[in-house]
Amino acid sequence: MNRLSTGGQIDRAKTFRFTFDGVPYDGHPGDTLASALLANGVRLMGRSFKYHRPRGVLTAGSEEPNALVQLRNGGRQEPNTRATTAELFNGLTAVSQNAWPSLKFDALAINDRLSNFLTAGFYYKTFMWPAAFWEKLYEPIIRRAAGLGSITTEPDPDSYDKGFLHCDLLIIGAGPAGLAAALTAGRAGARVILADEDFRMGGRLNAETHALGEQSGADWAAAIVAELASMPNIRLLTRTTILGAFDHGIYGAVERVADHLPEPAPGKPRQILWRIYSKAAVLCAGAIERPIAFANNDRPGIMMAGALRTYVNRWAVTPAQTVAVFTNNDDGHRTARDLLARGLDVAAIIDTRADAPACDGAQVMAGAQVIDSAGRLGLKSVTVRQADGREHQLKLGALGMSGGWNPNVALSSHQRGRPQWNDEIAAFLPGADLPQGMQVAGAAAGRFSTQAALASGADAAMQVLSDMGKTGHAPDLPMAEDGKTRITPFWHVGGTKARAWLDFQNDVTVKDVTLAHQEGFRSVEHLKRYTTLGMATDQGKTANMGGLAVMAELTGQSIAQTGTTMFRPPYTPVAMGALAGRSVGRDFRPFRLTPSHKWAVEQGATFVEVGMWLRAQWFPQPGESDWRQSVDREVRATRSSVGVCDVTTLGKIDVQGRDAAAFLNRIYCNGFAKLAVGRVRYGLMLREDGIAMDDGTAARLADDHFVVTTTTANAVAVFRHMEFARQCLWPDMDVQLISTTEAWAQFAVAGPNSRALLQKIVDPEFDLSNDGFPFMACGEITVCGGCPARLFRISFSGELAFEIAVPTRYGDALIRRLMAAGHEFGVTPYGTEALGVMRIEKGHAAGNELNGQTTALNLGMGRMVSDKKDSIGAVLSRREGLQDEKGLRLVGFMPRNPQDRVIAGAHLLETGAELRAANDLGYVTSACYSPTLNSYIAIGFLKAGDARLGDVLRAASPLTGHDTEVTVVSPHFIDPEGERLRA
Amino acid sequence: MIINHPLLGPCDAQEFTYLGDARLIERPDGMADGAAAAFFDYAYLRENPAGEHRELWFHEQGDRSWLVVTRNTLTHDIISVELARDVARRQGRSA
Amino acid sequence: MRYSAFRLLKEALSGHKGWTPAWRNPAPKPHYDIVIVGGGGHGLATAYYLARKFRQHNIAVIEKGWIGGGNVGRNTTIIRSNYLLDGNEPFYEFSLKLWEGLEQDLNYNAMVSQRGILNLIHTDAQRDAFTRRGNGMILHGADAELLSAEQVRREYPFLNFDNARFPIKGGLAQRRGGTVRHDAVAWGYARGADTHGVDIIQNCEVTGFRIENGACLGVETSRGFIGAGKVGVAVAGNSSRIMAHAGMRLPIESHVLQAFVSEGLKPVLPGVITFGAGHFYCSQSDKGGLVFGGDIDGYNSYAQRGNLPVIEDVAEGGMALFPGLGRVRLLRMWGGIMDMSMDGSPIIDRTHIQGLYFNGGWCYGGFKATPASGWCFAHLLATDAPHPTAAAYRFDRFRKGRMIDEKGMGAQPNLH
Repeated sequence: MNRLSTGGQIDRAKTFRFTFDGVPYDGHPGDTLASALLANGVRLMGRSFKYHRPRGVLTAGSEEPNALVQLRNGGRQEPNTRATTAELFNGLTAVSQNAWPSLKFDALAINDRLSNFLTAGFYYKTFMWPAAFWEKLYEPIIRRAAGLGSITTEPDPDSYDKGFLHCDLLIIGAGPAGLAAALTAGRAGARVILADEDFRMGGRLNAETHALGEQSGADWAAAIVAELASMPNIRLLTRTTILGAFDHGIYGAVERVADHLPEPAPGKPRQILWRIYSKAAVLCAGAIERPIAFANNDRPGIMMAGALRTYVNRWAVTPAQTVAVFTNNDDGHRTARDLLARGLDVAAIIDTRADAPACDGAQVMAGAQVIDSAGRLGLKSVTVRQADGREHQLKLGALGMSGGWNPNVALSSHQRGRPQWNDEIAAFLPGADLPQGMQVAGAAAGRFSTQAALASGADAAMQVLSDMGKTGHAPDLPMAEDGKTRITPFWHVGGTKARAWLDFQNDVTVKDVTLAHQEGFRSVEHLKRYTTLGMATDQGKTANMGGLAVMAELTGQSIAQTGTTMFRPPYTPVAMGALAGRSVGRDFRPFRLTPSHKWAVEQGATFVEVGMWLRAQWFPQPGESDWRQSVDREVRATRSSVGVCDVTTLGKIDVQGRDAAAFLNRIYCNGFAKLAVGRVRYGLMLREDGIAMDDGTAARLADDHFVVTTTTANAVAVFRHMEFARQCLWPDMDVQLISTTEAWAQFAVAGPNSRALLQKIVDPEFDLSNDGFPFMACGEITVCGGCPARLFRISFSGELAFEIAVPTRYGDALIRRLMAAGHEFGVTPYGTEALGVMRIEKGHAAGNELNGQTTALNLGMGRMVSDKKDSIGAVLSRREGLQDEKGLRLVGFMPRNPQDRVIAGAHLLETGAELRAANDLGYVTSACYSPTLNSYIAIGFLKAGDARLGDVLRAASPLTGHDTEVTVVSPHFIDPEGERLRA
Repeated sequence: MIINHPLLGPCDAQEFTYLGDARLIERPDGMADGAAAAFFDYAYLRENPAGEHRELWFHEQGDRSWLVVTRNTLTHDIISVELARDVARRQGRSA
Repeated sequence: MRYSAFRLLKEALSGHKGWTPAWRNPAPKPHYDIVIVGGGGHGLATAYYLARKFRQHNIAVIEKGWIGGGNVGRNTTIIRSNYLLDGNEPFYEFSLKLWEGLEQDLNYNAMVSQRGILNLIHTDAQRDAFTRRGNGMILHGADAELLSAEQVRREYPFLNFDNARFPIKGGLAQRRGGTVRHDAVAWGYARGADTHGVDIIQNCEVTGFRIENGACLGVETSRGFIGAGKVGVAVAGNSSRIMAHAGMRLPIESHVLQAFVSEGLKPVLPGVITFGAGHFYCSQSDKGGLVFGGDIDGYNSYAQRGNLPVIEDVAEGGMALFPGLGRVRLLRMWGGIMDMSMDGSPIIDRTHIQGLYFNGGWCYGGFKATPASGWCFAHLLATDAPHPTAAAYRFDRFRKGRMIDEKGMGAQPNLH
């Protein structure tokens, strides 16, 4: 056991059982998977991406590149989880990944032997011959070898939530700087959110031994957190990662609500995505220690020095009893001191600096370097080259590396900020162009001592308070260590042919950077992309700096000149489920339901998605086994007697005002100024580029009152367009618009008996006779004894037909009344399919024809575009390309054999013409079987189609295997003179 | 992004629908001589600046105002927000 | 230097000492016959084909930063030729054919992987539109296949078939579509162009054009004036900024498109898949990351970064299509500047200024066009006549009403 007998922020009274690769182990509350595995003597936790090298834990935080495991199983299987941040719970199961057949004996470790061939970018130079082998042979092998963990294809059983939070001040990170900032701002009454990715606030204070005043760092942090928790104006978010800094002070955050539990509590989400709207933010994200590259510096047991002491101090575990530290700065010595204090054997402090300070209780090798390590599955020894050149082997089980600390600047650079190099701490600091409202404090700002971190956090909060016009008081901060940063940059041990790792996960070594330099990939972006440096799941948090430094050395430029690659969100990887929230499965988008939906469900209707709407597609009757039987029946019944269809989904826009008619006259390409009250007119709307935008009707209910209808698909866009015209183009017109799509339930009542049916519903004082209410009449009426309603005598089916609208809350009642009243006529409800069949039979354009590419001329309505007035789109509709006399025209098609199917999407060619684009004459837009004509029919666009009536063509659909001879006909298959609808 | 609506105060940009360059307010007269050239220019050509850009946003999930937002396309900083109707009137548009 | 398995073996055994820079780093000469502005995929491909296929010598590519740092290095790597309209399909099919022979031509493995692309169908109207498109593709000599829902299910059993808001009703597949390693395209063309004598000049920003008597004589740059017989501009999202130096306003707006990659995973997704009822498309890279994207953010931007609403929208689309995605983690997101044109289609044309040529307006679809764009732009620069497959990509199509509007959205770039 490597658990120290005392200390650590773990609850030794309780034991959690867990398994790793099927082997059971014990741990304690407060452990991470990594600390618990180390406590059980497990150093080997994973394999690297490319060479499948054995790997153990490198860090103690979210920057971990090595110790990635697959957590949980079934639908909760979670690949690539960092053991260093996975909080232990009872029953946790984890397995290693990227290793076969086992973690200890991984067949693909052969790659490590072949590493000389698998250098940076080797794949760009080979696998080219023969060409067909790439997909068949080379790539499948590469794909199988690559990747890390495995995804489950089972649905995730957990739910995710989203929420919005607002605050005066967002504090990112609850280490000494963040706690001091929160205390300062919180006591002054500001609304503060304090977020930390860890499950215990305190940051490095939980990992260090030095005191704050009279208390330990961890105790001080706990006391401050307790005070903050008591303030109503402060929200503490533990287990919460700020993933990105977005525009105008908006931050994304993911709170891991239940990742530390076997499964979420009933009704609770696994994670929550918060959108935090902040007036100001202080980034207190601390710093990340960087490794030193030396030969074979990647063995299990070699880790960051700061992590080594974190494991000892916070979790009371050590990977081995004999350890050493390899450092270029004083902080490495602190690790050695802490380990000594816990009774570990510190074999040596190997310090690259000739002027390294002494250490009580450990041998300091000044000016020395670690030049190699040994131990196949875990560190057994290191070789040290001393200042005098002598080499010396040390037997040990763990080595802490400290190449210095990088301020964690990621979030400061998510917008335009570029970090600035600072020689004093030999690291990048946040640059000048911070995200709006952001300050940086603590180690993230290079204030590495605890005292400086506390003070800078408080100062930043004071600044925020002052900007808000609030008075704050700097809190009494405890005395804490205030050591100076002493570092002599040292990046990699030279003079070796062996590989020295920079990017542990992606297996990028100093040699790879050297090769990139040799081949001209010298800019940081080229370096990254060519070698994959920093592109692993840790995004190079421990890797990038070393890579840049090696490249700078090779080019002879400074690190400042070399620069950094871009920091991009998310700060650490985020579960897709959290970003999607509740918008999954059937809840991906809301359903819009028609007023007759409940009734239609009762009728056993089949439904279809139309945009967000769910509409009845057809109403199957007993004995009907095929949808065509239902649709044909609905069409025949409507055309022979009467049918009813819910058309509420059509957009409705109420247009009112003195200038309403003049306004519509500019919106529609055809004339509206002279439409009489009580009349309806078909209208065609163009986009300003002259292409048909939408069609519908406008009914004039009063001098200053119109009701405009739009297609279902374009309801929102047309309303927006009309508001644009009203507010931006003609701001002084007296006209008001409101969308009333949801306010009115509207039904089409169509067929020769539609009048007879309506007469039983409409109150008797309203005359529905052909003279009293002729074709294209409209009026405000009452039905069923006083219920307000609107009636329009318009027809999409080509039959005598009406559309009747009542306030939405009466929609369900109206459909039931219509069905009851129509019983004597055999009234038949029809769905969108029958609606579509009847409109094709009548030759009405719909979405397939109004596809955003067609003009009024194409649609056979060229003459509707008035040149007597200025309407939207009229001018540009007259461009030569849109006025081609031989251009596409909407026509109808009848197959020569009525039972030969014509396919929508078929292309039109001369009979006998070869299937080539050069012979393409147009295409079929809509097709159906017409039960009225007992034939398949279609409409579509044909070049010079209006001059080709009677010609025989090929409607060819090689995609579906259809090729049908068709005769070109008028698109108005039934009642071209319109006698039925005027009846 | 947050758009500071002149009537409603700060609103999330997600409530809005974007159209484009505020020059779309300056619709030419369709009956004037040279309308074809003027409309080509109006409908198709854009300054598309890298820097301050006056642009039209529609408060679709809100009060249905069209706004003219002056925003920097390099930084996304918003400099000013006005009701498009006021801008249109100021530019001489009426009925 | 020729790349091969043999060469790799030889270098591996001799310490990799023999590799030389993939391209030179020359100082600009005072004058070139042809100067290409923009060291992205299109500019480098143009230079390569000018030198290799059109026998032009004395060519320079001028790049403000480092080559390949723009959209060629920040896209979702998809190639396909599944276009609807006659103005587009022959061009993209030409491009796909060039992809198919690219690696042998360049002697560079760009990992052209014809793993297939599948556009899902969710409504009858969508099936009609895809049928029209698929038939058009076949008429143009491309491959297309209409799949039933059952066929889609056999290939992608883990998609949401049983609890979907918008059920999958089938799909339009193009088996020859797929993905390419994007950076390698820029590097392969750069190396190829350099081998044929093209000067690739990095860290050289164009600050203006020298135009006299209606003719362009060269470019002013941060490294001095560089004379040119002809200047070809291929700068994608920066088209309006550069062409403003020549006093031109373009039918183009610049918008930000975000792209995303997940952590590395063992192979799960065989091909490229696009969701037809939301904004989401996805493939899996050879490294194992799921590479995906969605809609543009929708506002003019030169910032190369986007905002949360679109990120969430893309994730929602992904989860709606692929319910097992919930525990996959998004690793990185980034943005590119798209030169969104007024009809969603590109421009490869002369300008009204003698000797100044323009290539742009690629919207978010420029990557797949890289080989053909380079070839056709080279054709135009070398012969002063448009290539037959790019003949519709003219400036004057807007004035004449001959738009190539695949999506039918009209003169509003953010809708294309």
